[in-house]
Amino acid sequence: MKGAPIVVVVGAGPAGVAAARRLAEAGLRPIVLDSGPEPGGRIWRNTGSGAQGLPRLPGHDPERGRHERARFVEWRERIAFYPETTVIDVTRGRLWALASSGEVDSTPWDRLIVATGALDRVVPVPGWTLPGVVTLGGAQTALKTRGCAVGRRIAFFGTGPLLYLAAAQHLAAGVEVAVVGDTSRLRDAVAAAPDLLADPARLRLGLRCLRMLRRAGVPVLRGVRGARIEGRKTVEAIVLERRRAFWRFSCDAVATGFGLVPQTQILDLLDVPFTLEETSGLWLPLLDRAGRTSIPGVYAAGDGARPLGAEAAAMAGERAALALLEDEGSRIDAGRVAQLETTLARHERFARALARAFPHPRVLEAEIADETVVCRCENVTAGDLRRAVRELDARDVSEAKAFTRCGMGRCQGRLCGLSAARILAAIRNVRLAEAGRLRSQAPVLPMPVAARRVPAEDAA
Amino acid sequence: MSGRLATEVAIVGGGLVGCSAALHFAHRKVPCVLLEAGRCGSQASGVNFGGVRRQGRALAELPLAERARRMWSRMDRLVGHDCEFRPTGHLRLARDEREMAELERWAKEAARFGIAVELSGAAALRARWPWLGAGLAGGSFCPDDGQANPRLACPLFRRAAAAAGAEIREGERVHAIERGPRGFVLGTEKGLEIEARVLVNAAGAWGSAIAALLGDELPSEAIAPNMAVSEPLPFRIEPGLGTAGPGVYLRQLPSGSVIFGGGRGVVDLARMRCRPLLESTLATLAQVCAIVPELARALVIRSWAGIEGKTPDDLPVIGASAKVRDLWHAFGFSGHGFMLAPAVGAVIVELVLDGHSPTSLKGLEPVRFAEPVPAPG
Amino acid sequence: MPFTIDGEPWYGRVGDSLLSAILAARSDLGPLAPDGRLRAGFCLIGLCQDCWVRLADGRRVRACTTELEAGMAVLLASDEAAW
Ligand SMILES: Cc1cc2nc3c(=O)[nH]c(=O)nc-3n(C[C@H](O)[C@H](O)[C@H](O)COP(=O)(O)OP(=O)(O)OC[C@H]3O[C@@H](n4cnc5c(N)ncnc54)[C@H](O)[C@@H]3O)c2cc1C
Ligand code: FES
Repeated sequence: MKGAPIVVVVGAGPAGVAAARRLAEAGLRPIVLDSGPEPGGRIWRNTGSGAQGLPRLPGHDPERGRHERARFVEWRERIAFYPETTVIDVTRGRLWALASSGEVDSTPWDRLIVATGALDRVVPVPGWTLPGVVTLGGAQTALKTRGCAVGRRIAFFGTGPLLYLAAAQHLAAGVEVAVVGDTSRLRDAVAAAPDLLADPARLRLGLRCLRMLRRAGVPVLRGVRGARIEGRKTVEAIVLERRRAFWRFSCDAVATGFGLVPQTQILDLLDVPFTLEETSGLWLPLLDRAGRTSIPGVYAAGDGARPLGAEAAAMAGERAALALLEDEGSRIDAGRVAQLETTLARHERFARALARAFPHPRVLEAEIADETVVCRCENVTAGDLRRAVRELDARDVSEAKAFTRCGMGRCQGRLCGLSAARILAAIRNVRLAEAGRLRSQAPVLPMPVAARRVPAEDAA
Repeated sequence: MSGRLATEVAIVGGGLVGCSAALHFAHRKVPCVLLEAGRCGSQASGVNFGGVRRQGRALAELPLAERARRMWSRMDRLVGHDCEFRPTGHLRLARDEREMAELERWAKEAARFGIAVELSGAAALRARWPWLGAGLAGGSFCPDDGQANPRLACPLFRRAAAAAGAEIREGERVHAIERGPRGFVLGTEKGLEIEARVLVNAAGAWGSAIAALLGDELPSEAIAPNMAVSEPLPFRIEPGLGTAGPGVYLRQLPSGSVIFGGGRGVVDLARMRCRPLLESTLATLAQVCAIVPELARALVIRSWAGIEGKTPDDLPVIGASAKVRDLWHAFGFSGHGFMLAPAVGAVIVELVLDGHSPTSLKGLEPVRFAEPVPAPG
Repeated sequence: MPFTIDGEPWYGRVGDSLLSAILAARSDLGPLAPDGRLRAGFCLIGLCQDCWVRLADGRRVRACTTELEAGMAVLLASDEAAW
């Protein structure tokens, strides 16, 4: 006899929360796991007391976060929420999670919604491992949730809407912005402008940030072709190269980012097929419009599947939950489905326009200098990778990992995998897809040697 | 790739055994083609623990192990790189009196082969290696054993073999073998045909399947030893460690990471894939905490498994097929063939070309699994 | 909220992450042995694993995802003897 299916939602950011709520409304009582202390993910997470005195930041709405968290409390008893619980391994039908106590427990599952969010994408430049260099998302997190900036005078380097948003937010918070260095060119943005109208609100926000920066006299350099971060023990300056001229800006911190990378480790461990998105150079899980993977019972939603932003993530979460309910044989609201899919399609159009406005700096990445560290965890340089190709015929990133240790460090290749593939493809003179991708290996996040298995309650 | 090739020797399997055989055939100027389903070293030879130890081996393996050990010291000359071999010593640990008795028994037997180990009781053990946990009964230290980097070894052997003239065909999975007028005809999934007078079966966990294609039934099952590795830590564990009975083994790399082995993952032999099992990793780690308690706080950052062929007596099958002429087997290393592989390749080449080898394979030959021939009459 | 870094007393704010509390006091987290390179956190959202620190009570924590607790004793000086 089969009772209600065991439904697990991994990640309690906007996508996971929206999915869980839909499932709870349908009476399914999903298990929701998140490594953070409370739901909301990076965007709606509670802000510490330090953030209380912050002025209003563009594009940041603490009210919204409070509202979402309050709503969550209302229906929280209808789900089984496990905070500070990190999924470290998964097979078809069972998953394992590590609690902050160091205990590992496992649960069987019938259906799984993976909503694990994204991490800033980085492109290594000389000096990027210095203390004081952080990701754009990291700088934002420090500011919004702790009310403390990562420096007094911060340089922003990278590309994408977040570059301008983060810089403007810091400006509004009274932090000095040394420079905004963007690898994309103005003409990329101009060409994409008509399609950016797909989301007028976000376009307006972007323009507002740009105006704020201009008005404050912040130098905004577009078309940056190279960068170098200088400093003895911590960041002292950033040097940006544009039109063969070098511009030096003194600063005590650098925030860097080139868009987002979905955190797809759980999907990868389940052998969900991935495909390379040529424009971005990201490997993305293959999904249908509703968020179904080709593995029965496995769904993906939010930035962890397609980095489209918080609003879209919540809708994708709800859409995946509806797909799950439909697959369970429930009748679902077709009107709502249509509405979600239309809006999500608009978000995708906007994301494609953004990708054209802020293209990934392939050349900069492919031509990372031999001495530059690519894998910060294991101290592997671009030259080491090229040597592995020349001397041992490394054909793809997995082989380069085996020969050089690039990707074998604590972050498990999250930060270096994409750049390593680009460098490899360039020196082998093959398409990026042929350089492959680093495969995920358990544990998804580090686990102490002393991790203890709690006896399984169910007979596995 | 389709097409037809004729050669003297065909080698199936580009693990360390196959690559070493190719290298040694090439040194003797004998034309050979090596066929590897994936890339050389993509299976057991490239993902194993990297232990280069003689200690604890069955006596039948010791002549081969002795020869292999000498080769490991000379890797530089053989393949142009030391494969990161380090003679760190190997410490075999007894957790109780029964295991201690096993250490003592092995020490006595191995002495006959000229292998000396240092036995110590609990107190002496912890005086010498203070990071060891209490509760060990004793240990046996073999100073000349060591460790090497399995991820480098096979690609280096491949490179050396190719440079010496062997033809290496990667991405070619052999799926048919027949006897032809001039020996064997091998067919790969991609449609390549190879004609060869001699066939060397170095297909690892798939060795018995290759043998079976020619009607030679040899017992071996596929297992997937389970491995995990820690973050880099300050270097302290000089020797490789292992428990005397079934349990765990671990070693620390100069870069600081500690590699743990123990338990098994799961295998999909047909797809040539495997994965570790978290339950096995956790069970291994619990034992690690007892053996080196201070490791408890370190972080485990990755786990994996590798596919290995295991025979009923845990000894490899090396030598002439008892059924098929000119077919030579070298597989079924049962979890400890990395160390032996360089020598296995050399010995196979001697047997094929010279008819004899200075290194004894007694107890390892395929004939031990041949069905007893009914007495005439 | 009082805490110590290598024995020296400091004060952090309620709700601070351990990382921001430490970085309010100094510019780095010391090296992450065995690598001598100084670090100070990078992604700040628990993924890059750059900000693990040791506490005197034996715990090891990821500073960016750990809330500051009163009395925490952080050890940042490199200690080659400690794992
Ligand atoms: C996790 C693990 C840890 C280990 N630790 C140690 C250790 O510490 N010390 C030690 O001495 N040993 C160790 N071993 C054992 C050791 O790795 C193996 O015994 C050794 O590598 C075997 O080498 P091989 O060349 O026979 O096999 P493999 O390396 O498996 O090579 C066989 C090759 O044959 C290919 N192949 C198979 N079928 C076909 C086909 N039809 N057509 C073409 N190609 C084919 C495969 O792709 C494979 O590359 C360990 C093994 C594992 C899995
Ligand atoms: S940066 Fe390469 S593994 Fe972390």
